[in-house]
Amino acid sequence: MSDPRSPRASEVWAALSEIPDPEIPVISLVELGVIRDVQVAPGRVRVEFTPTFLGCPALETMRDAMRARIEALGAEAEIEVVLDDSWSTDRITPEGREKLRAGGFAPPVPRAAGTPRLHQLQSRIFRCPYCGSTKTKLENIFGPTPCRSLRYCAGCRQPFEQFKTI
Amino acid sequence: MSRSRSDRAEKLLELADDELVLGWRNSEWTGIAPYLEEDVAFSSIAQNEIGHARALYELAAAELGTTADELALDREPEEYRCAPLVELRRLEWARTIARHFLYETADAVRIEALKESSDPEIAGLAAKIDREEVYHRIHADMWLDRLQASAEGLRRLREAVSELWPYALGVLDEELRPEWVERIRGRLRFDLPEGRPVTRAEHTDDLRELWEEMTMVRRSAPGANW
Repeated sequence: MSDPRSPRASEVWAALSEIPDPEIPVISLVELGVIRDVQVAPGRVRVEFTPTFLGCPALETMRDAMRARIEALGAEAEIEVVLDDSWSTDRITPEGREKLRAGGFAPPVPRAAGTPRLHQLQSRIFRCPYCGSTKTKLENIFGPTPCRSLRYCAGCRQPFEQFKTI
Repeated sequence: MSRSRSDRAEKLLELADDELVLGWRNSEWTGIAPYLEEDVAFSSIAQNEIGHARALYELAAAELGTTADELALDREPEEYRCAPLVELRRLEWARTIARHFLYETADAVRIEALKESSDPEIAGLAAKIDREEVYHRIHADMWLDRLQASAEGLRRLREAVSELWPYALGVLDEELRPEWVERIRGRLRFDLPEGRPVTRAEHTDDLRELWEEMTMVRRSAPGANW
């Protein structure tokens, strides 16, 4: 790369916050909470990134998108995928949760309730993203991507997708 | 493959091979499960298991100086370390549920032990895997209750557990097996069968058949990038 420059960390965060999640494009990677750290060195940017689900097929797409954004800032990119336990759905930002809801995906319930259990999935703590009713029931623990479950709202008679709590 | 692999790499491969092969077997329900919800469930579980396998192979590969793909797809069938329970080709529904329950319960015991590992990479990955596996266990439990709620379901589940029992005994080592047996006993409404474990050293013909299919593309175009 000719004449590499050193972007400020805030520029990098701003650039990464423009990358939509490939499977749920209403939310950005930064809002999703998967960017763990950004370190800037002369001409180089190192990003630590955690996948949401390990089998997520969008991993490479996200990595390529981050690399492209950083290179567009004139620096060399090093993207490290961290396979530890540093991501949970509690890392999704409040803005991210609201965007999920507005996009028709019910945001995950906080993990404060502990490890998810069947009686919890069948309880009235899940709110329909369309009408706000909690008269919703579990249709399938699994959905179109690993991070989603399917529920049905008796209030507005709509099926909807619920982000799993992990 | 070197014979002098560390115990760590050996254990990682056992776990990764289990997840890869069972992921493959679960995906055999894609498109043909008894109803759409289960089609989606088993496909999604398969995707998770194969994702776990990939991450585990990556840890092993870093230690062995190879790659996850080479570990997953370039070994001979007899070099795989999976338990024969996961090798059995698509089973009828009661057996599918029995295997799902027996395996996920064993996996829970194993993952809980690994979360306490003094190796931070293994403990961290185990904790991450466990977050996803919670949903597999809820799904297996739900089905177990459903089958045990009727006389016919109970009969079919009992037959299935009895047939799979020797294979299921082979998933965990002697240290972890008693805890698994207790958890199984606590959930089944019938007495546990007797049997001797079919160990990881004894592969089934089903594995060779699966291997032929799983590695076909890789063998037909060695080193290709996709």
